[in-house]
Amino acid sequence: MATAIPSAVTLSAVNKWYGQFHVLRDINLDVKKGERIVICGPSGSGKSTMIRCINRLEEHQQGDIIVDGIPLTNNVKNIDEVRREVGMVFQHFNLFPHLTVMENLTLAPIWVRKMPKAEAEATATKLLQRVKIPEQALKYPGQLSGGQQQRVAIARALCMNPKIMLFDEPTSALDPEMIKEVLDVMVDLAHGGMTMLCVTHEMAFARQVANRVIFMDQGQIVEQNEPEEFFSNPKSARTRQFLEQILH
Amino acid sequence: MVAYVRTSDAPLMTPPASVVGTWAAIKQRFFPSLGSSVAGILIATLVVWIAWNLVDWALIRAVWSAADREPCNLPDAGACWPFAAAKFHQWVYGFYDIPQRWRVNVVFVIGAVLLAALLIPSIPRKGLTAVLFFVVYPVIAGVLFSGGVFGLPFVETTQWGGLMVTLILSVISMVVSVPLGIMLALGRRSTMPIVSLLSTVFIEVVRGVPLILVLFMAVNMFPLFMPPGINPDKLVIVIIGVSLFAAAYMAEIIRGGLQAIPKGQYEGAQAVGLSYWKMMGLIVLPQVIKIVIPSIVNHFISLFKDTSLVVVVSILDLLGMVQTGFNDAKWASAQTGNTGYFALALIYWCFCFAMSRYSQFIERKLAIGYKR
Repeated sequence: MATAIPSAVTLSAVNKWYGQFHVLRDINLDVKKGERIVICGPSGSGKSTMIRCINRLEEHQQGDIIVDGIPLTNNVKNIDEVRREVGMVFQHFNLFPHLTVMENLTLAPIWVRKMPKAEAEATATKLLQRVKIPEQALKYPGQLSGGQQQRVAIARALCMNPKIMLFDEPTSALDPEMIKEVLDVMVDLAHGGMTMLCVTHEMAFARQVANRVIFMDQGQIVEQNEPEEFFSNPKSARTRQFLEQILH
Repeated sequence: MVAYVRTSDAPLMTPPASVVGTWAAIKQRFFPSLGSSVAGILIATLVVWIAWNLVDWALIRAVWSAADREPCNLPDAGACWPFAAAKFHQWVYGFYDIPQRWRVNVVFVIGAVLLAALLIPSIPRKGLTAVLFFVVYPVIAGVLFSGGVFGLPFVETTQWGGLMVTLILSVISMVVSVPLGIMLALGRRSTMPIVSLLSTVFIEVVRGVPLILVLFMAVNMFPLFMPPGINPDKLVIVIIGVSLFAAAYMAEIIRGGLQAIPKGQYEGAQAVGLSYWKMMGLIVLPQVIKIVIPSIVNHFISLFKDTSLVVVVSILDLLGMVQTGFNDAKWASAQTGNTGYFALALIYWCFCFAMSRYSQFIERKLAIGYKR
């Protein structure tokens, strides 16, 4: 890895507990600008918790998280600033059901970025074209299929023009025939140079676009490597066991 | 033999008469079995009997014109409508100065127009209408009701009464209870311990006592806490008391709605960078209100009727005014009370039924976006 590229996200010695349960243990991770990271691991391994700490949906209790040069502390101003720079896509889309697709996309630009409505709508229309559903702009989320909803959710995150995108199992809640349309959008995004952290079990996607694959287990980063090496020659026994289970 | 191939289609037939047709529909709906036929006939007889008696009393045997109570006192007399006609103005305005009653009418008309503009979805400019109704209108209403400025003679609140007071009390407490209830509900769910504790204590204390008690305490005890020389208006105290009471209930209704919103909605809002108040105002509360509209209207209906309890602190609202009319020696007859209460029931029912129908209309309208 070239050291000249600035970091987008840095986690150093991050620890987090849920009550007595040590959910994140000594996490150290440095993500360079433009890097695509895929995070995998068994359920309960802390991978979602880790990426949710990056935009402060979860609070870490020890260590430092620096996002785009901004340290994440209890300072509300910093949290707001980080959230403006970081887009997130959820497993269950979390679209706003009482607003149309267009309103879902323009809400944050208008209310957070203070963008004029016409400009926000123009941006939103462009992004809906990019995720290939411009014709759905005036529908409500409940009227769309799961794959369409997830593409709207990606477009909604992109509307804020984020520097970093977090994906938390974006295809896990989708019917099998809809996974590809979402992955296509993510691949397109990766080719556009977006910094991406994806929690996913889509190993084909990892091979295709990831710079690095990270394997987590029991709250720790167990192994990380380039995808080719990670899949063909896993070093840790736990990684091997996990890959055997998901790759059949 | 398992294999089978159909060689000719079974004939298409019209259904037998026992399944379709008017007679079959009547039979299925009203006489599906012996038991329900008997029960149905009994209930229908009862309903017809009650309806007939009511019509007989309210219309057929009713006294339609009389100068005083004499015709209503005849043993065979029905409803005493001349009493209602003679007292109607008092029912609406109380003891408000008769030459000044036009001021009340003006307030009623402006209120009705603004409310219609606010409630009918197809009328545009809701923002402006809302400002007019919630900010400008109360000032206009206050000035016109009280007077004392712009050459309008002053009318004391002790002279206010009847439907006017019922509407003032219910509309103010309804309008105040929603924002206050939202704040209390958010406060109760707040992560700040002091805010949460204060909200919870307020809600539980107010919900834990009867409205009558709130009214007694507000009117008799509250002035004791005031500095000497300050004598707050009784109607104002009662309005505050009823509003706070209503807000405590509203808070629990809103809290129920808040609990129905999935965590993902909060996370989605936070992830796009919305602050707490924007998240609540733009994402969470619009969905909450939609869920709790039936409960809110239910609460409004019960609040509208509960305002009649102010009689216990000698404020003569609609109910109090109707009862006051019974004491008029000119009209005291065997049928006066029945007529007054019957008319009262009709008036209350009209308002409550209108609220109920509007709620159903708006529920259907809001459901549109959720339908596939």
